[in-house]
Amino acid sequence: MSLRTRPLSPHLGIYRWQIGNTLSILHRITGVALGAGLLALSFWLVSLAGGEDSYRTTARLFESPAGLVCLFGWTFSFLFHLFNGVRHLCWDIGRGFERTSRHASGWFAVLAALCATLATWAMLWHCGRL
Amino acid sequence: MSLRSPLGRVLGAGSAKDGTGHWWAQRVSAVALIPLTLWFFWSLLLLPTLDYTTVHTWLSVPLSAFLAVLLVAVTAYHSYLGTNVVVEDYVHAHSAKLFLLLLLRFLYVLCGGAGIFAILRIALLNP
Repeated sequence: MSLRTRPLSPHLGIYRWQIGNTLSILHRITGVALGAGLLALSFWLVSLAGGEDSYRTTARLFESPAGLVCLFGWTFSFLFHLFNGVRHLCWDIGRGFERTSRHASGWFAVLAALCATLATWAMLWHCGRL
Repeated sequence: MSLRSPLGRVLGAGSAKDGTGHWWAQRVSAVALIPLTLWFFWSLLLLPTLDYTTVHTWLSVPLSAFLAVLLVAVTAYHSYLGTNVVVEDYVHAHSAKLFLLLLLRFLYVLCGGAGIFAILRIALLNP
């Protein structure tokens, strides 16, 4: 029997970038980034269990410029995934579906994550931890 | 009368019939991660330094170790569920999809297991 040509959903490229789809994609990207973060967290824990020398080697890795960029990225990823995740959980219980609240909560999630990330790193810098 | 094609029936296409469990597990683990991740984030920020002795002493406290074990376990589970969906959505070749799904499963058990083992070693073999 021959295969029928079935209707396909439109390719992602035709959609206009809006707050809704942008944050949906960002939620996935930050989620995948946090998966890599778990790998780093386990690595850090294993090096901590391995004693002072191995911990210092790992700490130096995280304190390198590339390490700091990763930590900054993981801070934003965590905070955004947290705020946007709460937004998703609200939808799951049937709240906040209206256009205005959907947009407002979306902007809140991004801006709150950005502010909290900057505040965290500003605090670290202020306390001389960087 | 069924509207499904004979080929679709033979291939076992259609609903997988087990999506609800996955959906629920993703949400329940997400709710559990809100307090766990916030605790971890705050604890690290509140430690005076992140040198070996400070972090080691902090993680030797039974409550810290217990919460850290939960954090690693639930994060690994939640992340495993999430990245599984990403692979299912974007990888279309059957063999590549199967390979990646298996690889993820092994990687997450390995990564989560190593993290938990490390915490237990720190907490239980406290010199």
